[in-house]
Amino acid sequence: MAYPANYRYTKEHEWVDVKSDVAAIGITDYAQHELGDVVFVELPKVGAKIEAGKTFGTVESVKAVSDIYAPASGEVVEANEVLHNTPEKINTDPHGEGWLIKVRLANPAEISGLMDTAAYEAYIASQSKEASA
Amino acid sequence: MESVTTSPITELRKTALNAEHRRLGAKMVNFGGWDMPVEYPATGGLVAEHKAVRSAVGLFDVSHMGDIRIRSGRVSGGALAAVQHISMNDASKLAIGQAHYSAMLYPEGTFVDDVIVHRLGEDDYLLVINAGTREKDINWVRENTKGFDCVVEELSDAYTQLAIQGPRAQELLQKLTDANLGVIKNYWFTHGTVCGLKDTLIARTGYTGEDGFEIYVRSDAATSAMVWNKLLEAGREFGILACGLGARNTLRLESKMALYGHEISDKINVWEAGLDRYCKMEKGDFIGRAALERAKAAGLTRALVGLEMVDRGIARDEYCCCNESGEVIGVVTSGSPSPTLCKNIALAYVPPAMTELGTPIYVQIRSQKCKAQVVATPFYRRPKKTVAPQATANV
Repeated sequence: MAYPANYRYTKEHEWVDVKSDVAAIGITDYAQHELGDVVFVELPKVGAKIEAGKTFGTVESVKAVSDIYAPASGEVVEANEVLHNTPEKINTDPHGEGWLIKVRLANPAEISGLMDTAAYEAYIASQSKEASA
Repeated sequence: MESVTTSPITELRKTALNAEHRRLGAKMVNFGGWDMPVEYPATGGLVAEHKAVRSAVGLFDVSHMGDIRIRSGRVSGGALAAVQHISMNDASKLAIGQAHYSAMLYPEGTFVDDVIVHRLGEDDYLLVINAGTREKDINWVRENTKGFDCVVEELSDAYTQLAIQGPRAQELLQKLTDANLGVIKNYWFTHGTVCGLKDTLIARTGYTGEDGFEIYVRSDAATSAMVWNKLLEAGREFGILACGLGARNTLRLESKMALYGHEISDKINVWEAGLDRYCKMEKGDFIGRAALERAKAAGLTRALVGLEMVDRGIARDEYCCCNESGEVIGVVTSGSPSPTLCKNIALAYVPPAMTELGTPIYVQIRSQKCKAQVVATPFYRRPKKTVAPQATANV
């Protein structure tokens, strides 16, 4: 699956799509693949504050629980309620319909510290190499 | 996102089928020091594998399991006496060709390991033990059979153990063997030619709650791969899937089969685990018996129950259980979404007073207390075989 060129990425495999001062956040195709079939998602409520580098929610597969880390700080303006009943959208469309939350950024400059698409692709390539070594 | 399972990559033990798992694109994990497939994403992954076993057939590499053979020494009866001493079920009831579930206990009545005891011959027993406890078990068996006229031999590395599980398992395996599988009863075994390999042990056993077989073949990579691939090939018409440890865990959990380190351990006794029917106090003395007698007289302080989540949330291993007022009263030993039931289920130790069906139990899931209730177990029981399936539309 292609990694959208305009997104920014974290080492914990979250993506951020910034439109003016609001950022949509999700987990990457690499992440959903590692996790397997997603069966449960726990997201913060609208109005909640999230802080860069801290966990803001969890995504669970049958086998594993994964914490989701905030790529940037801000206030939650929307949570993807659709995922309550159809968490598998994270598997089928991780960079699109499987988005988790939208956040009004407190400090848009934080985004520039994240990886661009080329850097993230190089990062996961090195991760996969490590795993199969 | 950060994955919970992180595994050091070096020095893991491998089964003879490791290359086959990797060829199939399996996701590999460190399981008790073994590099094992947890699921095969390319063929659908854990949930698809689980469903294949419940509705058709699945194939598992369980070669990480250990095998201990105990034979009599100079005089007949030595092996039986040793097995009786080190395990809680009554091995004197086993006919040649029969197996049973049992456990080896510490003097405290807690678990060294659970085990399947097979009676291979008049004075010949095979104990199949867990992977993570292999060294501990073999040392413990050697130590505790010293006073008996028997020979203890570890055969773990000699066998590739494959589990063929599901309602179509018999049909599939029958294509590859001359043994008449239809006459093998549950927990009995025979020897036959499988994929051209003479004298292969074929047991009607498993760890999934479905009908199925476990076979034991030579552990060289070529032989193991040949049998593995023939089974997958012959099973294609039934929709067979290679299955990993992930599905093995959800299948055994739905069927309430104990997992060492979870429902049973060196801290948990037989009565707490609810394994009374496999513990034969009347058979004579065995290691752990005296402590179990005392424990029975003293009464239980906790018991294993099945839980079903009422609130949204998945109970996981080691999460705390609370009562309505928030006091911690127990712990989850295994918890997972159930692919068959589409519910979130768990096994947990709680006080005996809270084991009534319908009792509310609150599971601490991260910052929240999520309501669950005690339900009947096993969570899943396979449908009874019908003599003429077409005649009984059993809905």
